[in-house]
Amino acid sequence: MNIAALVQRDLRLAYRRRGELATPVIFFIIVTALFPLAVGSEPALLRRLAPGVIWVAALLASLIGQDSLFKSDYEDGSLEQTLLSPAPLEGLVLLRVFTHWLVTGLPLVILAVLLALMLGYPTGAMGVLVLGLLLGTPVLSFLGAIGASLTVGLRRSGMLLPILVLPLTVPVLIFGAAAGERAALGEPAAAPVYFLAAMLVLAVTLAPFAIAGGLRISLES
Amino acid sequence: MFVWFHKLASPPYFYRLAERIAPWFGWLSLIVMLAGLYGGLWLAPPDYQQGDGFRIMYVHVPSAWMSLFIYVVMAVAAAIGLIWRMKLAHAVSAAAAPLGASFTFLALATGSLWGKPMWGTYWVWDARLTSELVLLFLYLGYLALNHAFEDQRTGDRASAILALVGIVNVPIIHYSVKWWNTLHQGPTVFFGARADIPPSMYIPLFIMIIGFMLYFAAFILKRLQVEVLQRERHTAWVRELVERS
Repeated sequence: MNIAALVQRDLRLAYRRRGELATPVIFFIIVTALFPLAVGSEPALLRRLAPGVIWVAALLASLIGQDSLFKSDYEDGSLEQTLLSPAPLEGLVLLRVFTHWLVTGLPLVILAVLLALMLGYPTGAMGVLVLGLLLGTPVLSFLGAIGASLTVGLRRSGMLLPILVLPLTVPVLIFGAAAGERAALGEPAAAPVYFLAAMLVLAVTLAPFAIAGGLRISLES
Repeated sequence: MFVWFHKLASPPYFYRLAERIAPWFGWLSLIVMLAGLYGGLWLAPPDYQQGDGFRIMYVHVPSAWMSLFIYVVMAVAAAIGLIWRMKLAHAVSAAAAPLGASFTFLALATGSLWGKPMWGTYWVWDARLTSELVLLFLYLGYLALNHAFEDQRTGDRASAILALVGIVNVPIIHYSVKWWNTLHQGPTVFFGARADIPPSMYIPLFIMIIGFMLYFAAFILKRLQVEVLQRERHTAWVRELVERS
């Protein structure tokens, strides 16, 4: 299995559909911008809410991108070819989720820095917030991919996916926001960051099996 | 043993077996629950702090216990269905999910009714309340996925994977939420371990839990009969059964 070729193919496909990739990013900005409008623009309040707002917005935005993860491959039949390949499906799926995170998750992390600054999040704590997002958003991608693999054959999967995936993302949200909040208060934030890292390890090792199983079921029918 | 197991997996055999044993579980659960309620509502002394308010725990604790127990049943059945491709196992998961969701809802509702006089508010974002709420969403997600497919078998297998992912996640969710925030009183009852409450209070509780388990057994058998009939509606034995009645 040629890893570089697979990653290159996914990246090229993503590049050809730039407009689609921009959607989660724009969504992320809009959701974050809605919070000051709803709760008021008082700087102290926004500073306190910042990590939570960033995390909720990133969570929702990463879900927006997940629906497309297997959709086009399913529609043009290349997903079936992937299943027939002699390489283990779990490995292929792992690569696919990783490249998908590179083009949908990573932009969110980068943009989060800007949005956090706009909400008045302290610059000194920014490193921890970004580290938390770097560890947490791939977990969100894996969880979203499980949902996407199970719903890829459905027409109205867009509605179903958030219901399936959001309850599973609760731990990531808790520890991610906790890391950001503790750092902002100047407290040690190592514990939640370690928890996020542990969840990433768990997601990388277990989720590919669930995703591969989901794809096999979706394509069998 | 394996012969019996195979026979059990055959829908017509199972249907007739369930027809016979479900009423037993049903009546037994009614008797046990009445006994438990009598013990809990009359015999048990009022709590020195909570007065009679604590008595809602005779419904609340068994419901909360069932909500977790049924999720485990559902996930184990899902795993059996996926691994051995047993149709009946998938039917068990599908039949258990609405029951589990109802118990979860009951636990949340009784908990919030208890919370009003005790904490002064119907809802707090306490760890166990929140993880119970997330559990309700997991059940609803399972049901939504199970019904989303036109083909019952695909729906069964897809939602089985979701149930398995959920069961890995349930402890993580529980502990992360616990770590996040807690206000709920610590567990006062442990199986086999030292209990903080006198026997006259916890014995009715155990009786109620047994009563709830029997209730679950009776109703999952009934629901399974319906599931089996629906899934096997094109087969000869179902047609025969319908024509006979």
